Parts: sequence; C-alpha cells; structure tokens
Amino acid sequence: MTATETASATAPKKQWLTATVREVIDETPRVRSLVLDVPGWPGHRAGQHVDVRLTAPDGYQAQRSYSIASAPVENAITLTIEMLPDGEVSSYLAGEARVGDMFELRGPIGGYFVWTPDLDGPLFLVAGGSGVVPLMAILRERAIRKAPQPATLLFSSRSYEDIIYRAELDTLAGEGSGLRIFHTLTRGAPAGWTGQTRRIDAGMLSEIGFAPGRMPRIFVCGPTPLVESVARTLRDLGHSPKLIKTERFGPTGR
Amino acid sequence: MTGAPISRGFRGRGGGTNSRVPPGQHLVEDFPVLSAGPTPPVDLANWRLSLDDGDSPLAEWTWQQFLALPQTDLTVDIHCVTTWSKLDTHWKGVSIDTLLEAAGLTEPPQPYVLAHCDGGYTTNIPAEDLLDGKAMIAFEFEGEELDPEHGGPARLLVPHLYFWKSAKWVQKLQFVDPEIPGFWEENGYHIYGDPWREQRYDGD
Repeated sequence: MTATETASATAPKKQWLTATVREVIDETPRVRSLVLDVPGWPGHRAGQHVDVRLTAPDGYQAQRSYSIASAPVENAITLTIEMLPDGEVSSYLAGEARVGDMFELRGPIGGYFVWTPDLDGPLFLVAGGSGVVPLMAILRERAIRKAPQPATLLFSSRSYEDIIYRAELDTLAGEGSGLRIFHTLTRGAPAGWTGQTRRIDAGMLSEIGFAPGRMPRIFVCGPTPLVESVARTLRDLGHSPKLIKTERFGPTGR
Repeated sequence: MTGAPISRGFRGRGGGTNSRVPPGQHLVEDFPVLSAGPTPPVDLANWRLSLDDGDSPLAEWTWQQFLALPQTDLTVDIHCVTTWSKLDTHWKGVSIDTLLEAAGLTEPPQPYVLAHCDGGYTTNIPAEDLLDGKAMIAFEFEGEELDPEHGGPARLLVPHLYFWKSAKWVQKLQFVDPEIPGFWEENGYHIYGDPWREQRYDGD
C-alpha cells in the first residue's frame, strides 16, 4: 500500500459537469448501463469512479459514487448501475433515466484502485455482482490497448441471469486474448451449467488464480463480506497484501 | 448549486433535511466498510500503540497497558466522504488527551500528526483536532469490541472530519512539522476533510 504510486500535485477544484444520457443498455433485469456525453470530461484511468449528483425540480439534491465501466480511450463515459432496494439514486439511474436526461458528475476520483497497461505482472480480478464494473473498465482497457499481461477474472453472480456483461465477457475472453473467465453462481445454476456453484473459497482462488510467486496484481471488488473473505484468503495463500487492492460496497450485514 | 440541471423525473426521497447531516451526505443505518486492502490479522500479544515526536519515541503501550488507561465514552455522528452519514454512534476508547497526559506531555510537541496503521495506511490531522475530547483511540463500538473490518482492535476516531481520517488498525501517532499528507491525501483527497465544508477532494 504505497502512497507514492500516484502522487498528486495540488489540483484545481473538481468541477461538476453536466452529463447527458446518450444510450441506455439493459445488462440484467436489475442492472443498467448509461452511456453519457460529458463535455469537458478530463479523462480517467481504469478503476476510477465519479460522484453523481441529481437535482429534483424543488432543488433537492442527492449525491453518490459510481465506478466508471468504460475504458479511458472510449469516447464516452459509461456507468453501470445496480438497482438497490430503497436506493434513492440508483433507482433513478437504473430505472427512470432515459436518453436525453441530464444530471451532474465530477471526477475522476481515486488514484489507488487503478490499472494501466504499463503495470507488469499478470492480472487477477475477483468480482462479486456489480463489483465487476471497475474491473470491466480494466478488461476493456486491456483489450483495447492489446496489453500482453495474462488476465483472469473470477466472477461471482447470484444467478445466470444476473451475470453482468455476460456476452461481452465471452467475447473479450476469445481465442488468443490471454483472458480467462470463471463464473460461479451462488443461488442456483441453469441446466447444463458447467461453471462453479459455490461462494468463492480458498480452493477456487488457488486453482483459478495465479501462483503468488508470479506476483499477480490483484483487484477485488464486491460486497463487503465477499471482499473481506477473498482478501483474507488470498493473503493466507501467500499473496502480498501490497499487491491486493480492494473496493467494497453495500451493507456489512450486521 | 445554481444552474444545476434538473434531473427529469427525480424526486428524491423527500425525507426532509436533518440539520445534523452535512451537505451532500445521506443517512445509513448499517455500517459500510471501506478499506484499500485486506483487513490485517489481529495479534493482541504483539499489538503496540506508540507516540513519536518526529523520529523520536515518546511513549508506547501494550494492549494491556493501553486498556489500563482511563477510558472515555463518546456518542457522535460520523460522516464518510463516500456520502454516507451515521448518527449517534457509541464508542469507547482512550482520548488523545489521556494519551498525551500518560506520556507526560502537556501539549503536542509538533502541530501536525501523521497516523500510521497496520497495513501501511497513513492519514494526517492537525494536532489540535485531536485534543479537548474531540478524538480517541477507540476499541469498542456499540458496546462490543471493534470488528477487525471496522479497524479492530483499535482505531483512531476523529468524528468531526471525514471518516478516512479515523484511521483503522492504528499503531502510531507521529507528531510532525510540516504536515505530511497521508495515503488518501496523496491520492487526491482533501488535506483536511471537513464534512461541513464538503472538503472531499484536493482543491475543494
């Protein structure tokens, strides 16, 4: 956990920018992607997030953070939002928002949970549910930039229908891509499913991940219990805590 | 605020405004966890809390010695830069005033503090922000020992600043001058972090 990887000089105040919805993509029954036009966007690195601010007609405002799903070189910013029960902002973004609607965002934010193609070492990504979003930015960046590092994604979803980016992930992991993808479904699998059907555990992580001696760069993102368990297990398997970057969301369940 | 585009169809929850909630924050009932890396393993036998003046040690406590210091209860609201706030949280710990007194100090030897933690995390706070009962090393939350994922066995608690300043798994408070930016402060977050002035990021 060195603080020097992305030292920042004193920056100007991050401005709120107007984002206009260009396209709405239904990813799963509960998850949508919004492709946004954001004039003045300064660019980002894979893994960073933005703050979103909504303003109601009466002036009421609400603000939340969302990971960026698109690769830096794409000519738009894509946010992928999961509808949360009682989610004041997520229910708007993942439910109400249509093409042409506007809100504000500012960013990019976060200089730590980021990956660029000039980082050496294989890439091991572990996602739970919508935790795949910043990891998708990394995988898109890796593909577009034709980065040579081998990569593995271990992705835990509730059901087959809940797998976010399923088709695109299949495409990204095509022949010669150097990317391997393993799915596990924790709440039942369809007939003929050949992937895993249990929560991510030590056996899965050691079998699917790179050996600690290869010094993989590891990014873990998902609900807190998953991230806690996966990060602890990876450390127990011999991976250096300094190479394990985590991002958590959602309630702790306690 | 003026000129913000209206988000068509957004009504908000309409829950009214609470004067205890800083701008841009929303209330939560649960206790979200945010850390940059794995939760470090807890080993109370080797646990140490130390105060340093620059590179010179001032005082050090084992877990038993730390627990033997006078303890303080604190009921406070906490505010995370990721926009959640939590009201009336109950903590038990040892105030920084008590630590200074136990170290034989009447005032901080330097005007700034860099908190060092298990796992390498650091964060900076002006020393005066830790005094007069405003901050503690907390080891109990809501009457129970502090969970490792929330910084247990002990964390810094500086509730009047954004919660990244309340460093988890704290091991050392180093008094320094000039101020040294910590981990998130080096990564683009505000050097001070006052929730009421929305000092979220560098430049705010």
